[in-house]
Amino acid sequence: MSVGLEHFLILSAVLFAIGLYGALAKKNAVVILMCIEIMLNAVNIAMVAFAHYVDVISGQVFTIFIMVVAAAEVAVGLALIISIFRRKKTLDAEKFDILKW
Amino acid sequence: MGMDVAFWILAVICVGAALAVVFLRDIFRVALFMILCFFAVAGIYITLSADFLAAAQVLIYVGAIGVLLMFAIMLTKESKRGSLTGKLRPLSMLVAILFMVTMILVVISTDWNVAAEVSKEPTTARIAHSIFGRDGFVLAFEIASALLVAAAIGAIVLVRERDK
Repeated sequence: MSVGLEHFLILSAVLFAIGLYGALAKKNAVVILMCIEIMLNAVNIAMVAFAHYVDVISGQVFTIFIMVVAAAEVAVGLALIISIFRRKKTLDAEKFDILKW
Repeated sequence: MGMDVAFWILAVICVGAALAVVFLRDIFRVALFMILCFFAVAGIYITLSADFLAAAQVLIYVGAIGVLLMFAIMLTKESKRGSLTGKLRPLSMLVAILFMVTMILVVISTDWNVAAEVSKEPTTARIAHSIFGRDGFVLAFEIASALLVAAAIGAIVLVRERDK
């Protein structure tokens, strides 16, 4: 059986599930950010697979925008993490409670 | 035929590296495996004949985001404690497996409307026409550049040391 659209979509679903597990279960904020990046990559694979097999280029354009948003998100996310680390001396996401009251 | 073999090899590398990101304890190795996963995804883009996106993936994800995450790991001295899992571990494992099974069932049982013939020509020109051509994504492109500037300024403001 040759590789088709379904194979790429299943690969994308598996990667997304792995990233989802990491983002929910991990304690370290940097590792959570990495898992979110893996989830974004999984979505990108699905987009590019649709663009290839349905033969519309919009899927690749969307992937470019997702990459832009991912870069912006990582920059701001890491700035927030470093700034919180300076105050609280920890990266444990379960101890980030400054927005709670 | 060759593309099929390439897909299977890249898919195994990709999923294996992602699993290593989730299950390893050493944070530095976790970051390296994440970069390996991004490289494999760039290879998968090539098997989908998306040449421009493969280059952009290597530049942005492997280059920029990988290095940025490495810097964050080194700047925050948390790596000695390793990548721990919290109380939610069994529940999130259940949620992830449920999500994966559902998605795979949906993908298999759907009858996809696949084009009869896929084009093999370079995609860069087609992407450019789609973004900048008539009825294209120019507005979204300009908003994306504004978003990048805002994110860069925001990151600088957030990490700046306040001196008196």
